[in-house]
Amino acid sequence: MTTRQAEPMSRSARQEADGGANRQGRPWQQPSGDGAMTQEERLAYGLGLFSIGLGLFELAAPGRFSRMIGVRPQYPGLIRVMGLREIASGIGILTHRAPSTGMWSRVLGDALDLGCLAAAFAAPHANRGRLTAATAAAAGAAMLDLLCAQQLTRGTETRNGVMPITATLVINRSPQDLYRYWRDFSNLPRFMAHLQSVETTGDGRSRWKARGPAGTTVEWEAEITEDRQDELIAWRSVEGSDIGHAGQIRFEPAPGNRGTFVTVEMRYRPPLGTLGAGLAAWFGKDPGQQVRMDLRRFKQVMETGEVITTQGQPAGRAQNTSWKYDGAACG
Amino acid sequence: MKANCWYGKQDVRVVDVPDPKILNRHDAIVKVSSTAICGSDLHLYNDFVPAMEPGDIMGHEFMGEIVEVGPEVKRLRAGDRVVVAFPISCGKCFFCTQAMYSLCENSNPNAWMAEKLFGHSPAGIYGYSHLTGGFAGGQAEYVRVPFADHGTVKIENGFTDEQVLFLSDIFPTGYMAAENCYLAPGDTVAVWGCGPVGQFAIRSAFLLGAERVIAVDRAPERLAMAREGGADTIDYEHADVYDVLMQWTGGRGPDACIDAVGLESHMPGPLYYYDRVKQALMLESDRPIALRQAIMACRNGGTVSVPGVYGGFIDKMPMGAVMNKALTIKTGQTHVQRYFEPLLKRIAGGEIDPSFVVTHRLSLEEAPNGFQLFAGKMDGCIKVVMTP
Repeated sequence: MTTRQAEPMSRSARQEADGGANRQGRPWQQPSGDGAMTQEERLAYGLGLFSIGLGLFELAAPGRFSRMIGVRPQYPGLIRVMGLREIASGIGILTHRAPSTGMWSRVLGDALDLGCLAAAFAAPHANRGRLTAATAAAAGAAMLDLLCAQQLTRGTETRNGVMPITATLVINRSPQDLYRYWRDFSNLPRFMAHLQSVETTGDGRSRWKARGPAGTTVEWEAEITEDRQDELIAWRSVEGSDIGHAGQIRFEPAPGNRGTFVTVEMRYRPPLGTLGAGLAAWFGKDPGQQVRMDLRRFKQVMETGEVITTQGQPAGRAQNTSWKYDGAACG
Repeated sequence: MKANCWYGKQDVRVVDVPDPKILNRHDAIVKVSSTAICGSDLHLYNDFVPAMEPGDIMGHEFMGEIVEVGPEVKRLRAGDRVVVAFPISCGKCFFCTQAMYSLCENSNPNAWMAEKLFGHSPAGIYGYSHLTGGFAGGQAEYVRVPFADHGTVKIENGFTDEQVLFLSDIFPTGYMAAENCYLAPGDTVAVWGCGPVGQFAIRSAFLLGAERVIAVDRAPERLAMAREGGADTIDYEHADVYDVLMQWTGGRGPDACIDAVGLESHMPGPLYYYDRVKQALMLESDRPIALRQAIMACRNGGTVSVPGVYGGFIDKMPMGAVMNKALTIKTGQTHVQRYFEPLLKRIAGGEIDPSFVVTHRLSLEEAPNGFQLFAGKMDGCIKVVMTP
């Protein structure tokens, strides 16, 4: 065992071993400007403060709070208990090193709030207009809480609106073969589901065309920022592009002559930041998942010569595949 | 063409669907001559496997004649008679090159789903839910066979369909289960479940040198078939399985135990209802009753081999027994392609005639009836073979 540790580790192994702590030192990644807090953590922090503020209000003035949401101030005790719960969630979020537990407690609290509001609609003297507005506000907060809790749990770390994505897969081919295939960017649409074409325009530049949301086409120009033969290719979209996009692929011989470790790292700027990315994941459009599946298809092409598909096979229904289960496979 | 499709719990129907086409360059199209219902199809039928979609064509045990091949198919041509392995295997990845075909890394386009459930994905499988790729299955007139060079064995002499059809799954599955027991001369093997896989496990254990096989079930016709195969039998409705096994092995326990039951096991007594309730409340997905018994009965240092299908999570797994008795657990979807040639030789040599297991011969149109018979163990049903 000690001999194995004494062997020089591959570059990616070293990087994994420190839990990604030196990620900021990677040459292709701009240093983040604003210290340690990610977008997810900041959002959680804001929601935590909001929780405490709302809780204090409920605790101090249950009557006013009741009138504000359109119910008669009959239950000051209940409102105060809800306030205490808000404060507890808020403190949980602000004091824990991992705020996800506190965030999930807010999600649970939102469910309770929405339940109480639904019950309030049945009360005889309720102000329906105010109740509806309060319910809409609570539903909005619930959505924010859920997305924030989900992104924290998934370990997403968005900085300056940029989300890093990493995927690794071992492929049964040599680094030379894999580098050569990838370096010809016009091959990429064969296994990257959302890409339509990549044209090399010379001088390390290329034009990328991809399918966007709702049948649109997105185009951008990219340049190679680092190119080490059989080892690494890094690229990013040039300034002025609609899409902020940067990526790097590394090829490292696997121990024991068992193919090549291929690692893709992408920097991606999701619309609406981490909330947009969280929402997209609900519809099977999680960019991290898409990168992993693209890499898997790259492996299929390099090992078998093609991407295996079920599109076009027979089935006893109108669609030959299942959008629910097979949809993600097709990007 | 006609195909047997899944539409919901205990609802399969034979409907008209389009003919399959070549979709990948390594594909072939097989005109099915015989197809069977597998015990594992019953887990789909009873809705225990997630990610089924109404309209999915079922079936993964089939054989027939090649009618069309893709441009990259080298070993086969139209007119070849083949049996198809149930795991779809590329032949090129790390696992395929080591003959671990059911773990192929390239044949499941929905690998991400299986990764979420299992950590890693197994190979794609015909007609076996979208978790294993959502591939159209073999209970049909025609089937598309991906990576055809690596997923088929040519049948060149005059075997009947029923003699070779089960090379697609249950014969290699029973055989691998016995092989996984690392049998030494003189060994005693206990087999839970005398369905088709259990029957092949019993006979394979003898082929691989077991001295004695003890089979556990409750259906009289299945126990009778096990005795014809040379096994001693225990009817678990009328005897305590552990006690009898100890009496018959001098208190030491069987050298190896095979769980050929899987996730829908039964037993008399309240523990069965404990698992049924937990399953109904979704606190566990699988009922591991036979597995628990096998672990408790197995001799110290013995092997528990699990060809039975499990899909998710089990409860009250006696890990203390596994650890303190130094047991080995061996399991896995069958690496069918690995067994094609050796088992074909054993059939040719007259060591075994796999057709013994067939009890019902139906037309493909009667598939829903076949499922009913097999699932309900009605009319002495052990194995259904259908012809289009």
